[in-house]
Amino acid sequence: MNRLEITQQSRAEKTVRGLYDSLSRRIGASPVGNCPVELTSAFLKLCLAQSCGKCVPCRVGLDRLAALIDALLDGEGSTEDLALIERTARAIADSSDCAIGFEAAKLVLDGMAAFRDDYLSHLTKNRCTADFAAVPCSAECPAHVDIPAYIALTGEGRFADAVRVIRKDNPFPSVCGLICEHPCEAHCRRSLVDAPINIRGLKRYAVDNAGVVPAPAKAPATGKTVAVVGGGPAGLTAAYFLSLMGHSVTVFEKRQRLGGMLRYGIPCYRLPDAYLDADIDVILSLGIEVKLGVSVGKDIPFDELRAGYDAVYVSIGAHADKKLGIDGEDSRGVISAVELLGSIGDGNKPDFTGKNVIVVGGGNVAMDVTRTSMRLGAKSVRCVYRRRVEDMTALPEEVEGAMAEGCEIVPLKAPVRIEADRDGNVTALVVQPQVIGEVDRGRPKPYDADAPEEKIPADVIIVAIGQAIDSKPFAAAGMAVNRGAFTADKAGAAADCAGVFTGGDCVSGPATVIRAIEAGKVAAANIDGYLGCHTDISSLVDIPAPTYKFKPAAGRVTNTERDAEDRKDDFDLMEKPISREEAMQECSRCLRCDHYGCGSLKGGRNTKW
Amino acid sequence: MVTLKIDGKVITVAEGTTILEAAKTAGIAIPTLCYWRGLNDVGACRVCVVEIKGEPKLSAACNTVAAEGMEILTNSERVREARRVNLELLLSPHSCHCPPCNRNGNSTLQTLAEEMNIGEIPYETKLPKNNWLAGFPLVRDETKCVKCWRCVNVCEKVQGLGVWEVNGSGAHTKVTIRDGLSMNEAGCALCGQCITHCPVGALVARDDTEKAFRAIADSEKITVVQIAPAVRAAWGDGLGLSKELATEKRMAAAAKALGADYVFDTNFTADLTIMEEGSEFIERMTHPNDYKLPMFTSCCPGWVRFVKHEYPELCDNLSTAKSPQQMFGAVTKSYFAEKLGVPAEKLFCISVMPCTAKKYECDVPEVNGASAKDVDVVLTTREFERMLKAAHVDVSSLEEREFDSPLGTGTGAAVIFGATGGVMEAALRSAYYLLTGKNPGADDFKAVRATETAGIRTAEVEIAGVKVRAAVASGLANARALCEQVKSGKAPYDFIEIMACPGGCAGGGGQPITDGVEQAADRGAVLYELDRQNPIRFSHENPDVQALYGEYFGKPLSHRSHELLHTKQSEWTV
Repeated sequence: MNRLEITQQSRAEKTVRGLYDSLSRRIGASPVGNCPVELTSAFLKLCLAQSCGKCVPCRVGLDRLAALIDALLDGEGSTEDLALIERTARAIADSSDCAIGFEAAKLVLDGMAAFRDDYLSHLTKNRCTADFAAVPCSAECPAHVDIPAYIALTGEGRFADAVRVIRKDNPFPSVCGLICEHPCEAHCRRSLVDAPINIRGLKRYAVDNAGVVPAPAKAPATGKTVAVVGGGPAGLTAAYFLSLMGHSVTVFEKRQRLGGMLRYGIPCYRLPDAYLDADIDVILSLGIEVKLGVSVGKDIPFDELRAGYDAVYVSIGAHADKKLGIDGEDSRGVISAVELLGSIGDGNKPDFTGKNVIVVGGGNVAMDVTRTSMRLGAKSVRCVYRRRVEDMTALPEEVEGAMAEGCEIVPLKAPVRIEADRDGNVTALVVQPQVIGEVDRGRPKPYDADAPEEKIPADVIIVAIGQAIDSKPFAAAGMAVNRGAFTADKAGAAADCAGVFTGGDCVSGPATVIRAIEAGKVAAANIDGYLGCHTDISSLVDIPAPTYKFKPAAGRVTNTERDAEDRKDDFDLMEKPISREEAMQECSRCLRCDHYGCGSLKGGRNTKW
Repeated sequence: MVTLKIDGKVITVAEGTTILEAAKTAGIAIPTLCYWRGLNDVGACRVCVVEIKGEPKLSAACNTVAAEGMEILTNSERVREARRVNLELLLSPHSCHCPPCNRNGNSTLQTLAEEMNIGEIPYETKLPKNNWLAGFPLVRDETKCVKCWRCVNVCEKVQGLGVWEVNGSGAHTKVTIRDGLSMNEAGCALCGQCITHCPVGALVARDDTEKAFRAIADSEKITVVQIAPAVRAAWGDGLGLSKELATEKRMAAAAKALGADYVFDTNFTADLTIMEEGSEFIERMTHPNDYKLPMFTSCCPGWVRFVKHEYPELCDNLSTAKSPQQMFGAVTKSYFAEKLGVPAEKLFCISVMPCTAKKYECDVPEVNGASAKDVDVVLTTREFERMLKAAHVDVSSLEEREFDSPLGTGTGAAVIFGATGGVMEAALRSAYYLLTGKNPGADDFKAVRATETAGIRTAEVEIAGVKVRAAVASGLANARALCEQVKSGKAPYDFIEIMACPGGCAGGGGQPITDGVEQAADRGAVLYELDRQNPIRFSHENPDVQALYGEYFGKPLSHRSHELLHTKQSEWTV
């Protein structure tokens, strides 16, 4: 007998690790719309299999809980059983010795709170309330773009048709090919095999190779008029679809150019003007009237729009900045991210040559201004954030990209005050070191470390801690506002304001472009209905049949970026396209959920809406 | 064209052909369960899997398109093994209590199990819970459902109703009534297409055969049987009768052999319906301000249920004429009862219908005119067949026999009621006579006949200077399209015939089932042949109908007709 031994993984252990990996991939890409009670039962069984079996609540309790839930699923449960499930789970959560038990019981309790209606439906009707989504990518895309269709078309080299299919649901294919956050990829069934399809990369490939694809024909004129306030993605999407439906649309834009945050918030190195203008040109080709430099509420009263048009869509975005609220914030050299990106959008690039820049914030906008500062010639760029790097809401690739370009991320520092020289020019940001603490509302909350304040020298401080909505003039004219955001129902109809619809960032708060497009699409459909019409938006493109070929596991082709050294000094597009052979390989990985699996049963496709 | 090799045979087929269809052209049979050509190719049962050379996984033959150079094995060990396991799995949550099952002997699952020599099922047999609305004319048994999803698709795609839906996920995925409604609320037309498309006994019509047997055995009752037009085109299917043996007259003999006192023909009241409905149509056409136009036919209770649920605002467009079944009940319990000199209650009216919705129609309280219940029990063609089997009637050796008189005479115009377009054609033949005093050519209006089993057909006919614009549809998705037109005021029609089932009653939900085969067109052709052979091809020339008017009703749309032969569908209880 050896006194101690080097640990070696057995084949069984190795395989179990592998199974865990495969399962976590599966869980990560979980199908959309499964029965939540069925999943709870399955999760419980997994938890039970992970139990050491020492303690009663976990060993026996989880097993009995699963059996009770299974009986409910089999249509054999009673009201008493439902109460017993709750009572048992509560006792297990309360009395388990370790996390294996109490976390498992919590899973049941959380579920009973969140989808109690589904439990009740199983109990009383032997029926589930969830609706399984046959095609996960399309289901997860807020605009419900027919993704398998345009991947199949791209795979056949029919790029213009791919663009036509995208435009049926989203008039910004060019923009989304570059900057969409691609929620479609999160549940891609391909993840069960290897990794999700690079859907956004394929969209860009199709757009890049399609040439100019004209807009489809408009429906006959209805004689109805719609005013759209705000020419960002939500407003222009609504304008595009309403115009296709035959309505006469006028867009009122406060600034000098259309595009909203796409123009005034997203830097050119991520979204060059040419890409944005390509989409806007097609949208405007429908004959939409545009009034630039007109501020509704100031240059023209909101009530005048309501009186002058059959319907109004308010999509003013979230363009106001938020303040840190610390001493010295009014010093010269302290600006907001919105201000910086906005002036660049209008063509005025400040010169940061030789300057030390500090960015405060941890979101995507913070990364945008961090990387923009580097491109404006800054000597140093530091991004100061009060939580950890992994807590930043910015996409990890954005953070990594910024670091590769030479920007520094300074985590766990909370701004305390800004110091300035006698002339009022900023000189430094004083920060208090932080310790990451307990989770509060899903995120760990930092608190002051037992350490002295630190001073970080700076010539420019850019505050990127979120945006606000300039809703006051509209509120004054009668629109309902809650914490600065407009109140609207699911159809996009503004509360207590007949004929007024609203959506996008000004309702949801700052969100993604595809969310704004969703809002515009939903509003268009419901404004059409409000105007007493029902004109379908459809695509007549025929979709290639799937090939029967089995698709073995293969790596995902990702878009690469220009070298950090090469890209960090200019505003040219940073991302490189994928090659033709990469695109074709990526298209061939698509599992065609529109045909296989539930797609063949549920149709897998909406050709119109 | 693509060329491929299946089991060593070189086959050339058109592009887009599935492996299943390609194999069929070469005489190679691939077993299927969930598949139904043109309706359901969801590839759920995985019984039709085949091996494609070079592919690591088996593929479903039903929905994989044949490609150039494919080499396919349909009967390799691997294929057999996978099919066998899948069939064993299908059987494990299936109620294999076969003898009392309605589909015993006509179940695709049973046939496959026999073909694949399934013995013991190596899995736990655990049946799901079954819950159903007692007494409803359509019966679903969850313990028999194989989740082929055909019912979901036929109801959604062909009937445009979507009563059935796929619900839940994982092992608990099942067919449920849409939106968690009860069967009473879901807008089911009771067309029974889900029944005729079910491969097993999960969906059946309520069995009323015992009620009929009891009445026949009751010496106090005089049993009167009526047999619908479309029944004669299908009644022999499940009895193994050849077309030559399955004649109308042998059908009458078979009903008589069951012990019924009178065997009459619904064709008689189909002719009567034409007299009433045709006259009503002329009345509506000539008084457009007093009535709603276009006028819809109303003889299909599936269609009436559909209108009441989906387009209640169009109820007044329905002809007020009762269906031939209900006219028959009313005439039996008035005119015929008087003739016999017995009270109506002594008569028991049994109708044999190609239909499941007729079971509902006879129970509608508001439809009765001559008694508390004009038609006492409705049997489907399948139930008629089961009764003959249960009574051990050796049908093939029965002598042919005429229908009884006086309610047993029908014209060629009546027999085509059983096919889509038939009511319209019969009505036009008599409307022509009523307006001009002359008969048209019997085949002058064949434009409204089915060219295929479904779809919408239109015709413009000029009668005595009046232009009649007719439309005919079968299948409720087609009906919906016409209703939308009518609702929008843009329907350029005066008279519209609708049958809920694709192809009309010939393809009715009560007809015998041959799995995977749409039979409406063939059965419809039988009816048109009977029309051609009938010496009388105009409803107004039916001598017994003429006698009925002479002795009892006076003329169409008379006061007595209104009392007994018309109804207000808007008042029907659903």
